[in-house]
Amino acid sequence: MAKAAAAKSSTKRKSKRSASERIAQSPFDLPEIPLHQVIDPSGKAVGVLPKTDRALRLRMYRTMQLIRLLDERMMILQRQGRIGFYGACTGQEAAPVGTVAALEDRDWIFPALREGVTMLYRGFDLETYVCQVFGNSGDVLKGRQMPSHYASKSVNVVSWGSCIGTQIPQAVGAAMAAKYKKDDVVAAAFMGDGATSEGDFHTALNFAGVFQVPALFLCQNNHWSISIPTAKQTASRTIAEKAVAYGLPYARVDGNDVLAVYGAVKEARERAARGEGATFLELLTYRIGAHSSSDDPRVYRDEAEVEVWKARDPLARYRKFLIEEGDLSAKEDERQRTELNETVLEAVKRAEARPLPPAESLFDDVYAERPWHLEAQRTELLEHLASHPKKER
Amino acid sequence: MSETTYIEAIRLAMIEEMERDQSVFLIGEDIGHFGGAFKATQGLLERFGKERVVDTPIAEALIMGVSVGAAIRGLRPVAEMQFADFVTCGFSQLVENAGTFHYRLKVSVPMVVRLPSGGGVGGGPYHSRNPEAWFCHAPGLKVVAPATAADAHGLLKSAIRDPDPVVFLEQKWLYRREKGVLQSGDDALVPLGKARVAREGRHLTLVTYANGVPMAVEAADRLRAQGIEIEVIDLRSLAPWDHQTVLASVEKTGRLLVLSEATRTGSFASEVAAHVAELGFESLDAPILRVTAPDAPTPSEKNLEAYFRPNTEKLVDAVSVLMRY
Ligand SMILES: Cc1ncc(C[n+]2csc(CCOP(=O)(O)OP(=O)(O)O)c2C)c(N)n1
Repeated sequence: MAKAAAAKSSTKRKSKRSASERIAQSPFDLPEIPLHQVIDPSGKAVGVLPKTDRALRLRMYRTMQLIRLLDERMMILQRQGRIGFYGACTGQEAAPVGTVAALEDRDWIFPALREGVTMLYRGFDLETYVCQVFGNSGDVLKGRQMPSHYASKSVNVVSWGSCIGTQIPQAVGAAMAAKYKKDDVVAAAFMGDGATSEGDFHTALNFAGVFQVPALFLCQNNHWSISIPTAKQTASRTIAEKAVAYGLPYARVDGNDVLAVYGAVKEARERAARGEGATFLELLTYRIGAHSSSDDPRVYRDEAEVEVWKARDPLARYRKFLIEEGDLSAKEDERQRTELNETVLEAVKRAEARPLPPAESLFDDVYAERPWHLEAQRTELLEHLASHPKKER
Repeated sequence: MSETTYIEAIRLAMIEEMERDQSVFLIGEDIGHFGGAFKATQGLLERFGKERVVDTPIAEALIMGVSVGAAIRGLRPVAEMQFADFVTCGFSQLVENAGTFHYRLKVSVPMVVRLPSGGGVGGGPYHSRNPEAWFCHAPGLKVVAPATAADAHGLLKSAIRDPDPVVFLEQKWLYRREKGVLQSGDDALVPLGKARVAREGRHLTLVTYANGVPMAVEAADRLRAQGIEIEVIDLRSLAPWDHQTVLASVEKTGRLLVLSEATRTGSFASEVAAHVAELGFESLDAPILRVTAPDAPTPSEKNLEAYFRPNTEKLVDAVSVLMRY
């Protein structure tokens, strides 16, 4: 992993130069940050593989395959008007899965739009998961959050507040608490490349650097923030090098290589557990589909670019690798695909049949206990509904 | 004459003001080739170039701060928040800085912040805000909230020409539902701070704005058939607001109902109620009632959201309570 130490040595070199030379050259004084990759896009092992066993490798694969199939199904439901919104993880499955596999189950995950899928790796029930997009009575979030904003206390995945970047300082706070409690719980914050423009990103990394908290920052650089390419988001050559300014160790990882992600996160987690503080990882990937069900990417990006990245698909690459390694046969793979697809269809069918949360649930959980004014407003709504019975839409 | 949608009225207002005044420019996220999350700036990059249609990184504090800085140098930024909710990330620049610059330095901050507001779109807690009360509570800011296409057009043009920072609340719910005929030239301008009587009536004054207006008009039209004549006042501007039109109406009707889609406690509806209780007490024959959303976050699921939002039935119920006095 590239270390902040590299930046330190370049400072030493610089001191012999005049001020104007330094100004002219400073952005390029940083060493090239290598891309950490262990499986290449053709599925061949090209680096030192992290230590894993077959069961773990297959669990990661199964989760990635499940996410791919689930996202496909959800986009269909959205187009059919059965759900209101969806933000898919397609093409980015390796980053959340490699990360969650390298974490301990007790570690807290602060996802953004595309990393609720980490819950599935931790064994969260699929039907309950699908209930979230319907917002019905099976949804642990009770229809309150938009679809794709998955979360559950049961698997330590925190609810994302939609406002870009706000989860990053929260993860730092959670990490600070872990340090205080000495409970070896690491907080992992995901973010998109776009989120690195928000003030919250910078203040969070700065604080994490100063206080050496056990946090992991995982930036999924998927090259786009809705219509804005990364080059128009930042003039830095890489996202990873932003960590230099905050004194954090960093690395640039092939985010479509699940084992590379796994290895890097594992190492970063060990650092955090040793009390050496936070790490920043840029996970290089690509958003294959639209930002969400609300936009058409053909308006702002060249489809040729998408084709280039499709050839680097994380799922196809990992499948080839596993078959090559003898972990999986093509036949077993096909059987698993069919089985998972049926599981998804069944979960959707059962989730969709669930009733809605009751109207008066609007007034629950706003506070730990319902204060008088919400009690009065609840009665007001119930009386209103009694005199105007409503049909569900 | 052909009708224009509310969102197209906003787009046209920006085009017209940019043509008229070189100092007007747009700034926001995905407002360039993408044309904005709701397409309010569609085609404007192509028309005015990237110096006047500035796509920014995702950073609301930056958009607000840069707008303040440009405005004090005499430019007229029109900033777009992708959703009103995200203005919270730029709050200090808008409320503490834009709102107090003139007071501190006697330097004007002629900026407009466009906030796609309101519910009805399944947006949940972070894509449904009605944030007007925050800004009405901030000295130095003006706040407008049009309900019709003509007002969206005319108020945005006036807001852009205004010397003070203006928070422009536009309604996602109305973007494509609401249509109207637009005026051209200076006839199109709608003054800030002036209400509009949307329906005349003798029995009850119903004060509202933004998304509330179509609901109020529907209720008024329905109740007219039963002999109840409701005067619907569309405030259009909330800071400063047209208290005289409201007080004069209450003097005539003796009853006041205030409708707002925002949550109740500390809402702008409460401000109208308090003001009329202070200055119009003599005219009142009944208590003042408010119809608002409950004091909870907005749920995303569409049925729950329908329970959450005010609607015509809730209004009609409140009217019948008041008509018993
Ligand atoms: C504070 C805030 N500003 C704007 C938005 C609107 N918005 C939603 S997603 C998005 C782009 C996010 O891009 P990135 O962080 O790269 O993540 P990605 O969606 O590509 O995974 C924007 C601008 C928001 N949700 N919150």
